[in-house]
Amino acid sequence: MTTTDPRPQRDRDAEELLSSLRGNTLPLWAPRVVVGIAATVAVLGALSSLGVVRGVLLGWLLTFALPIWSRVVEGPRKATDRLVTLLVYSAFSLALIPLGSIIWTVFSRGLSVMSAEFLTYSMRNVVGEGGGIYHAIMGTLLITGAATVISVPIGLFTAIYIVEYGDGNRVSKGIRFLVDVMTGIPSIVAGLFAYALFVLFFGEGVRMGIGGSVALAVLMIPVVVRSSEEMLKLVPNELREASLALGVPQWRTIAKVVVPTALAGIVTGVTLAIARVIGETAPLLIIAGATDSTNFNLFDGRMATLPVFAYTSIRFPGVPPEFSIDRGWGAALTLLVIVMLLNLVARLVSFFFSPKGER
Amino acid sequence: MAKSIDVSDLNIYYGDFLAVEGVNIAIPARSVTAFIGPSGCGKSTFLRSLNRMHEVIPGAHVQGKVLIDGEDLYADEMDPVNVRRMVGMVFQRPNPFPTMSIYDNVLAGQKLNSKRMKKSESDAIVERSLRSAGLWAEVKDRLSRPGSGLSGGQQQRLCIARAISVEPEVLLMDEPCSALDPISTSVIEDLIHELKEKYTIVIVTHNMQQAARVSDETAFFNLSGVGKPGKLVESGRTEKIFSNPDEEATEAYIQGRFG
Repeated sequence: MTTTDPRPQRDRDAEELLSSLRGNTLPLWAPRVVVGIAATVAVLGALSSLGVVRGVLLGWLLTFALPIWSRVVEGPRKATDRLVTLLVYSAFSLALIPLGSIIWTVFSRGLSVMSAEFLTYSMRNVVGEGGGIYHAIMGTLLITGAATVISVPIGLFTAIYIVEYGDGNRVSKGIRFLVDVMTGIPSIVAGLFAYALFVLFFGEGVRMGIGGSVALAVLMIPVVVRSSEEMLKLVPNELREASLALGVPQWRTIAKVVVPTALAGIVTGVTLAIARVIGETAPLLIIAGATDSTNFNLFDGRMATLPVFAYTSIRFPGVPPEFSIDRGWGAALTLLVIVMLLNLVARLVSFFFSPKGER
Repeated sequence: MAKSIDVSDLNIYYGDFLAVEGVNIAIPARSVTAFIGPSGCGKSTFLRSLNRMHEVIPGAHVQGKVLIDGEDLYADEMDPVNVRRMVGMVFQRPNPFPTMSIYDNVLAGQKLNSKRMKKSESDAIVERSLRSAGLWAEVKDRLSRPGSGLSGGQQQRLCIARAISVEPEVLLMDEPCSALDPISTSVIEDLIHELKEKYTIVIVTHNMQQAARVSDETAFFNLSGVGKPGKLVESGRTEKIFSNPDEEATEAYIQGRFG
């Protein structure tokens, strides 16, 4: 007895082929149910005598039921897929914890002092309650703005040299190596450099806003160079050739074709570089110092900045301490908001400046 | 205003590597000359040496003479920028400037060189160039839209309009249709026929039928072996090269029994 199947051979072959393509799969709702159960256990555990940490850990361990279940039903390949997916999501949530924690702490402690007065008054002649961070906001904006004015031309022109003129020769390789070394300069060293430089001109004990800008520029330049370099490299060579073939000199090709095409990326890179240095404390503490008054002159005397203000408010709060500590958190919150706004601006710029087209 | 080109004993190098060896060819004015030959035989390299675009690649240089109406392109006092204004080029892949509108793309040669023009004057140049490139009817209502929004064939015609708006003497085309469909290709071939009234046109193509359709003269390039330089095997009237070439290799290549 070989077969009793009345269907023709062709149909049976087709069926065999199809069944060899099919595999066992977990139902679509499987991940949701496992994660749901794990989350419930985590919440219950956190509320019970286990405590938050152990409860969440228990819930997380429970989610590994999914790859094990998958291995039994689906086989090793899909089980590995689910395991790695689980690990990636776990790592993602782990990375979110410090971010969420910072935002929560800064907002919850800084919001209480936020008021129109806090943002528009300086600390001049204020003891105890009241006063504001107007002088520190202005100082941060001026010093960071000047740092940007110094570092963007240097950084952009360096990137243009490396990509458009150097093209892998020894000088450009040397510059790129030095830029990489510069990336690793600790911010305190940049501050000491700026201080040493200004002492040469103005003598010991010099304090100037522009010195802070120089220190921040030292930190910003390598970031601007590397991001602009990557953006310039992304401009297709065909555009350069198209322009050169029209009889346009190389410098005009760079100024009018290459840089405008890469502009969105360059501006985004610069904005992120600003966001990176705006929170630097150590170099500003050395060279820009701290003051209670508003100072709009970068070239004359101490200037307050938000990070230094937050540091001194919390380190030397005075008596009674709570008002000063609250103002420190308020400054931290303002700084965080400025950085968030800068990131938002970077997004908008790359959206509005990037070459338009239906591609 | 079109000019003839005379090339004698031209060797083209990339660094130390000799890419094309000993080219002698006369390209007549107001005609279409096609370069054919297998990939890597130096057609494009030779074409790019005709407007000094070759030396944009670091280390690339040439020996020999390229005379355009008796003037040596590679003479010491020649400025490559001026050479490229006289000898325009259309590339294999359409490359309109993504940051510019259609209007600005056509005027790119003038705008990038910051030439001051009256609005009426620039309008006239744009219309004339787009009409010559056969694109006017399709884009006249959306001149301010970005050039990269056009189809591939339209983009290539936009690039041709851009190249002829600076009124070059010679127009070099490096496989202008290889990225295009047959309909766009035939539009561009018709265009080449019209343009040769005014310009000297040199075109590189892998398409034998295209060479036969559009060109008056044909030059066949070949490699003598792997790692050896490319050479000009023979050149002459297109009818002769396609029907009764002097060299065995040319006939074999054209008939498709190559190697």
